[in-house]
Amino acid sequence: MAYKIVASQCTSCSACEPECPNEAISERRGVFMIDPSKCTECIGHFDVPQCVAVCPVDGTCVIDNSVPRASAA
Amino acid sequence: MSKLLQLHDFGAPGAKSFEALRAGAAQSGCSTTGGNGKSGCGSAAGQGDLPPEIWEKVKNHPCYSEQAHHHFARMHVAVAPACNIQCNYCNRKYDCANESRPGVVSEKLTPEQAARKVIAVASTIPQMTVLGIAGPGDALANPAKTFKTFELVTATAPDIKLCLSTNGLMLPDYVEQIAAMNVDHVTITINMIDPEIGAQIYPWIFYNHRRFTGVEASKILSERQLLGLEMLTARGILVKVNSVMIPGINDRHLIEVNKAVKSRGAFLHNIMPLISEPEHGTVFGLEGRRGPSAQELKALQDDCEGEMNMMRHCRQCRADAVGLLGEDRSAEFTTDKVMEMEVEYDLAARQAYQAKVEAERDAIALAKQRELATLADETATIKIQVAIATKGGGVINEHFGHAHEFQIYEVSTAGAKFIGHRRVDLYCEGGYASETGIEPILKALNDCTAVLVAKIGLCPKDSLAGAGIEAVEDYAFEYIEQSVIAYFKDYLARVGKSEIRHVARGDADIRQGAFVAS
Repeated sequence: MAYKIVASQCTSCSACEPECPNEAISERRGVFMIDPSKCTECIGHFDVPQCVAVCPVDGTCVIDNSVPRASAA
Repeated sequence: MSKLLQLHDFGAPGAKSFEALRAGAAQSGCSTTGGNGKSGCGSAAGQGDLPPEIWEKVKNHPCYSEQAHHHFARMHVAVAPACNIQCNYCNRKYDCANESRPGVVSEKLTPEQAARKVIAVASTIPQMTVLGIAGPGDALANPAKTFKTFELVTATAPDIKLCLSTNGLMLPDYVEQIAAMNVDHVTITINMIDPEIGAQIYPWIFYNHRRFTGVEASKILSERQLLGLEMLTARGILVKVNSVMIPGINDRHLIEVNKAVKSRGAFLHNIMPLISEPEHGTVFGLEGRRGPSAQELKALQDDCEGEMNMMRHCRQCRADAVGLLGEDRSAEFTTDKVMEMEVEYDLAARQAYQAKVEAERDAIALAKQRELATLADETATIKIQVAIATKGGGVINEHFGHAHEFQIYEVSTAGAKFIGHRRVDLYCEGGYASETGIEPILKALNDCTAVLVAKIGLCPKDSLAGAGIEAVEDYAFEYIEQSVIAYFKDYLARVGKSEIRHVARGDADIRQGAFVAS
């Protein structure tokens, strides 16, 4: 599993990008996305996933169940 | 460049030459006849109660000096959209309702684009003296972008003053960097010092890698804000405090906030009305919380005034505003246009222009002092409010029907004091009166005895008279404050001769929304 960004909800404020401990978040043409192969859901880094905690619009950074957990701590 | 040096371009009185004004200003030097302990020295005009060293820093800053806002311009660049706190009067989904027009996403800039835009604007508008980073979002939630922008601008345009606006959460961590970058003005938004009240304003903050909610969140925020304020003032950096007046939550509490920030060295307090239209989708908007009326806002500002200087000319500009306060030229400077512009930064021309503006301001101040001196023997306790139609430059130079806003002055025998502005829809569009008619304008000016204009049609003049507001063209293209005092003198004389009866006026409406070009 990993977190993903719901593009229709995202305001492109860029708050999440610098908070990600894995540099999994990037912007492409104004749209932010999470690279599932880098996302660890912040396990081992912080108590809560940083993208979820910092995002000003609730329901924007959500669990992506379709992605198998690749790099759990 | 010679075009840039035309003073009349921004509304100096048509009939008088600049040299004549200057001669007038030089002639009388300092006068101490202003009465009521006011200094009559031209260069000190507009200073209010500020110490000279602070006045020197703010006199050309349109957001900090009431007087400068007639003559100098500022611009904001939207490089910093991220924010680390949630406010109930803000909806991030549609930008911040209090910083930018909801539903219209501000043009987000990279630091490089922003720097180019600043140079382009400064080359086109020589009275542009101030660059601010004011969101949407928090400048210090995006420190890298904010400081990179400042660095790039300083390299090309060292004369431009830098300022930033912050919620204060991260401020203590960046005070050293702010000082190192020569940022000389910082605005902190402080809406409470009591976390119980804060909990009604802030649902959460993001701090130390986690979300805090409730009273705990507001306690951290308040401590960090006040610490940041103390650290800045200890380093000689000017701090203005913005507060949003939220009726029913912090309206009376802001008097305590005012005392707290004054004691920590803030030099100016700007209490702004809550913007809470339901369509902005903010928590306060959706729960139907109203903004304050003009009278409520003024009463609170008056209650705080004994404590420190109050700012009353804030228009709650967009985060990407460009130009003089009260005009928005951001549409001329979109990224596409800026990238195509030929940009040449002419520091000498800018300085020459600003020197002329300075002399013009001295002339305006002197004219006001002279007029005030003639009131010295008056003892009337009457106080009235007068609305002004102006395009800027400190002059009554706008047609009633073309006014997007009116400036409001309170006048008594102590002099004329700017107390705010009222935005209105254009009354006259393409030669025809607006559909909604004059009603909204009457409501916006309901607390005024008169409106001084460059010109007005018979029909609106009659409507105003019906509402008890006198429309006056006699002071067309004259200086505002001088004219307000002159009108007041005439008013007192007519009351004295029983030609008119003085009646107290009622309350007025504040137009909702951030200032945008119409």
